[in-house]
Amino acid sequence: MNSVYFLVQQTMFFSIPLLVVALGGMFSERGGVVNIALEGIMIMGAFASIFVISVLQDTMQGQLLLIIAILVAVAAGMIFSLFHAYASINMKANQVISGTALNMFAPAFATFVARTIQVTKSINFNNTFRIESVPLLGDIPVLGQLFFQNTYLTTFLGIAILIVSAFVLNKTKFGLRLRACGEHPQAADSVGINVYRMRYAGVLLSGALAGLGGLIFVIPTSTNFNATVSGYGFLALAVLIFGQWKPKRIIIAAFFFGFMKTLASAYTGIEFLSNLGISSYLYKMIPYIATLLVLALTSKKSQAPRASGIPYDKGLR
Amino acid sequence: MMNKLKHRLLASSGFAASLIAIFAGLFVGFIILLITNPDQAVDGFVTILKGGFTGGAKGIGNIFYLATPIIMTGLSVGFAFKTGLFNIGASGQLIVGGYVAVLIGVLAPGLGSFHWVIALIGGMAAGALWAFIPGLLKALFNVHEVISSIMMNYIGMFMVNALVAETVFDSLRAQSLPVAQSAQMPTLGMDTLFKGSSVNAGIFVAILFVIVLYIILNKTTFGYELKACGFNKDASRYAGINAKRNIILSMTIAGAMAGVAGGLIYLAGSGKFIEIVDVLAMEGFTGISVALLASSNPIGVLFTGIFVSYITNGGFYMQLYDFVPEIIDIIISIIIYFSALALIVRHFFDRYALKSGLGDDDIPAPKVEPKRKRRIGLKNKEVDKDE
Repeated sequence: MNSVYFLVQQTMFFSIPLLVVALGGMFSERGGVVNIALEGIMIMGAFASIFVISVLQDTMQGQLLLIIAILVAVAAGMIFSLFHAYASINMKANQVISGTALNMFAPAFATFVARTIQVTKSINFNNTFRIESVPLLGDIPVLGQLFFQNTYLTTFLGIAILIVSAFVLNKTKFGLRLRACGEHPQAADSVGINVYRMRYAGVLLSGALAGLGGLIFVIPTSTNFNATVSGYGFLALAVLIFGQWKPKRIIIAAFFFGFMKTLASAYTGIEFLSNLGISSYLYKMIPYIATLLVLALTSKKSQAPRASGIPYDKGLR
Repeated sequence: MMNKLKHRLLASSGFAASLIAIFAGLFVGFIILLITNPDQAVDGFVTILKGGFTGGAKGIGNIFYLATPIIMTGLSVGFAFKTGLFNIGASGQLIVGGYVAVLIGVLAPGLGSFHWVIALIGGMAAGALWAFIPGLLKALFNVHEVISSIMMNYIGMFMVNALVAETVFDSLRAQSLPVAQSAQMPTLGMDTLFKGSSVNAGIFVAILFVIVLYIILNKTTFGYELKACGFNKDASRYAGINAKRNIILSMTIAGAMAGVAGGLIYLAGSGKFIEIVDVLAMEGFTGISVALLASSNPIGVLFTGIFVSYITNGGFYMQLYDFVPEIIDIIISIIIYFSALALIVRHFFDRYALKSGLGDDDIPAPKVEPKRKRRIGLKNKEVDKDE
């Protein structure tokens, strides 16, 4: 039973950042802007917030510091994503090129600043954010151990973001308008929706969530930041497409991949799996192979938002 | 004649836009240097501009040495771009190709002077196979090539780590074994010409592929079909072009180029070995920059590859002035960002060319006119498709 608890807790650590970042990507793409820059934005968010943590941690600790870091990550992600928004919305640039530039800029910038300030590339921080057990909820048998022990504030934040995102996208005026801009911006414009503004909102939301995702990714799995998020932004992109640009499917995709990833990294701790005698490299490959197979089986009818990737030009109505 | 060429460059391509992007990127880079270390900013910036030349003959040799693999990955990414595919998987194709080349290089001595050629072809085939899979998945199952190539990157990296450990492992250094002497790229006397550098025949292999891809894209029906697919998939299907076949072929050729890149890196005999680390090969991603800067034109890739290598070498020498070499990556990314904004610059140039009567001198005005019209027409078509 202990290994089940362990697996669930670990799966959370891997899945939640994927979930949050993929939801960010969803807002951008449903609004009509392809955001391949998720990886770069994650790095920026993680860099800014971890840096703030490393500066403030002598005077502050625990959840309050984490909340400040979250705000910093969100702000950094939003500011950085503005560059993508400006290029792809105002300048009608190729969104893949702009995204690639951001992806390249972020790790270089993080390394450059870190090494200029403190010589080494990696920023260390003390992890004072782990919640041993949530009061009351953590005492519930089984469920408490599964979800409310050895956890982080960010896990619950991720779940909350999922619920809010699904609601916003499907039930609010804003969500429906955003989707209209991603499907048929000309039609949206003709009924008085400001397409440019909606698309800015989409990209900024993706920046906020991706920046946050960067922080969420680093905190539970490490005590230093090395200007990398190990390709998680790209994986989130995969989760987004695998999830068909829909919140309900994105959560399935994120947990599928997160679980596979957990098996790959934690199989030695599970007697049954480690006794199989399969090479550790094979385990590491499994999440990617499984995703590829699932994609092959489910993509036939996959349909991206129709106008995503196409700059909106008012003059072409 | 010269004038005509200049006008054509200005008016027709993104050449001017690329130049502006490069200047803008360098300018921002200079500002960053000024902010971080005002005293040495000028020295540092001059070092960037001098690029590999700072190192003399060795530096010049190393420009070509470093340019070789990124020209190949640039060709890989650019070729796929021409068919409307984004090959973000050059990294995986490269490492798989590199592994097979090393495998042949280590385990098959006695192939004589053709050893390196065979090893390189092996690498090429492996890279091609690695990109064939995303191509197939895209053509048959509609799997987005970006996602499948990202997955193939990781699968390739872990697989090569496992295979190196099984087959050609140097357990002392935790890396792949050195390849046989006969499998190393010939140096063609360049090791004496550019003393101290690692330049080898690889750069000529890269140039050869530049020419081959240029001919395929611009002089053959097959290349025309590929470009047509990239331009408008539906129209090309209507014209009887087999889009699925072209997707698979385009990816496969792109993968072959990245595979050669891997072979050229690890057969160079320059002390680079496949290390068992969970990190994707950087050259695959640099290839994206190289291809984007060149607007995916193979000849352009040759020059942008050398350019990127040139300032990257400059970055190494910047450490003399206490600067962090990552400033180069920052500059390159800014250049790419500005080149993404190039559309607006290009519009400006087109308008300028029309207004200033630039067309009167060498290019007859009517020739410029239909060109603009055609572009506008295409834009409309894109929108039509959507409606």
